[in-house]
Amino acid sequence: MPKVVKLMQGSEACTAGALAAGLRFYAGYPITPSTEVAELCAEELPKIGGKFIQMEDEIGSIAACIGASLTGKKVMTATSGPGFSLMQECLGYASLCEIPLVIVNAQRMGPSTGMPTSPAQGDVMQARWGTHGDHPIIALAPGNVRECFDLTLRAFDLSEKYRIPAIVLTDEVISHMREGVELPDPAEVRPLRRAAPSSPAGYKPYAADPDGGVPLMAPFGEGYRWHCTGLFHDESGAPSGKADVADKLLRRLQLKMDKNAPDMWDNVQEGTEDCDIAVVSFGSSAMSALSAVRRARREGVKAGMLRLKTIWPFPEPAIRELASRAKAIVVPEMNLGQLALEVERVAGCRSRVIRVGKVNGELFRPDEIYDVIMGAK
Amino acid sequence: MSDVLKYFRQERLPHIWCPGCGHGTVTGALVRAIERLGLDKNKVCVVSGIGCSSRAVGYLDFDTLHTAHGRALAFATGIKLARPDLKVVVMTGDGDCTAIGGNHFIHAARRNIGITTIVMNNEIYGMTSGQYSPMTPKGMVGTTAPYGNVERSFDLCELAKAAGATFVGRSTTYHVPLLIDLIEKALQNDGFSVVESIGQCPTYLGRKNKIGGAVEMLNWIKDQSVNVKAAAALPPEKVKGKFLIGELHNAPAPEYSSEQGELIGRVQRNYSDIKGGLWECASNSD
Repeated sequence: MPKVVKLMQGSEACTAGALAAGLRFYAGYPITPSTEVAELCAEELPKIGGKFIQMEDEIGSIAACIGASLTGKKVMTATSGPGFSLMQECLGYASLCEIPLVIVNAQRMGPSTGMPTSPAQGDVMQARWGTHGDHPIIALAPGNVRECFDLTLRAFDLSEKYRIPAIVLTDEVISHMREGVELPDPAEVRPLRRAAPSSPAGYKPYAADPDGGVPLMAPFGEGYRWHCTGLFHDESGAPSGKADVADKLLRRLQLKMDKNAPDMWDNVQEGTEDCDIAVVSFGSSAMSALSAVRRARREGVKAGMLRLKTIWPFPEPAIRELASRAKAIVVPEMNLGQLALEVERVAGCRSRVIRVGKVNGELFRPDEIYDVIMGAK
Repeated sequence: MSDVLKYFRQERLPHIWCPGCGHGTVTGALVRAIERLGLDKNKVCVVSGIGCSSRAVGYLDFDTLHTAHGRALAFATGIKLARPDLKVVVMTGDGDCTAIGGNHFIHAARRNIGITTIVMNNEIYGMTSGQYSPMTPKGMVGTTAPYGNVERSFDLCELAKAAGATFVGRSTTYHVPLLIDLIEKALQNDGFSVVESIGQCPTYLGRKNKIGGAVEMLNWIKDQSVNVKAAAALPPEKVKGKFLIGELHNAPAPEYSSEQGELIGRVQRNYSDIKGGLWECASNSD
């Protein structure tokens, strides 16, 4: 098969990745800079018998996605800051009830309506802690258009495998940027699907190894007749107010993420093997950061770059390893230090963590990060 | 006597409702209507939101989904669109449906999606101990209206009709045979159906407003109701201040998930070669 390079936008690549994963249901509400995903799903899904619906708001969008996921479909919605805020309650529902679901969140300047629609990376903590209570969550951050395809596909795989909602955390630049992309051969894509029970006899919808196990998920409408509730529930799905049931459930959900984190972690490193100054970044900020790191290298500074593709669960071992080597870790991000907080937590006092926040709606220029690297050496 | 117990998860009983509550009567009416129609238990999906009424689904032996406050119709929309062959029922309360879920209610009606919505209207927030809802009559007392409610209430059936619901009916927990009949008709309507059931909350509405217990409340509800057929022959002063019960609206129209199915068929006929699309997918495969 001849290689085909297509000029694609980030949102387009996210949609292609979702289709490659087996997307068959999209519910969403228009919001810049994510709307292209909805428009493309509206165009593509009917061609393959999939369903698209424009809901009355983002709350309804994620709710409809959860309903469709319960019937066994692979589902997705896309949004940006204000809409992502509205989705938080039902994101918690999906987390507790273990509903596979993918959300593309193209970050824009906030809080509130903010400065529409300049890029930002201010939803790092909202992605992790936006809904109330302890809960597992996955967030992946593409750094270029091809990765929009790869990580959306990956988000589906992880969400299906572990029954944890997965967020594709892009930003206005990554979603709207166009690059030449060569997509994989469709014959080589093997998307994962949630494990299902073989028979309704004796089915317990939430029976799983308490040590982070993933229960089998039966689709609605196939004779299992099970109960799904946002109340704490026992293995049979029955609501329960018992202390031991609640404790067991929440600990299993947390362990599901903690124990399987190595399977979720992914990053790209350059020059970190011998670096004195490390830069940790993600998304569009990492493009400028990489340019700065390479310039510093050329000028004899031992600088290294760690670009995170997985933000949540937070890649503690990668940061710990970096902190054992680098005397300073520079964290450029388009917010006032959300990722840096995590880096500081893990690095402890082994490395000096330098926060480089930018919140004026503009991308980093490479020289801004370069100056910090040179000042830290 | 019909065997309605087979529609219940009997191991989950007894229920959590207060003595004298009307919600069990409505739940019983739903399963009786389902039995009359001989619906396949495996193809019925019952969805609810949050509140006393919404706890009903946990006791029912179908695929059941107890969702977030006000969102039952949005979750149900996803199920119906993904699986149009399923009979989807929503059980919701007056606060759940008309306050926090009001937007989803009017849009589900506008789309005419095939969902049977049963609104268990006891005119008060019961689960949180008696705050006034958008359905609490003006002047009545609630814990958040200690001097009397000054807000006007909805006429939910008029709202449903105006928003596009194709079957609308109202009954009460006093008029149970009518309630079963209306739910049976609603389940047969291929479109968005609303059955409002006005019922008693003796614990909060009845006690706070000195209406009395369950029996007094049922009589109080009965005295306010007029059958829509009888009302046509009555002078206006006899109907004033009362609510109509019976079948209030029945105007079939194309159902939403069928319309989507037709759209898909049309697109697939016109775009038989999809290789130019974003990603080459096998049609209709999951």
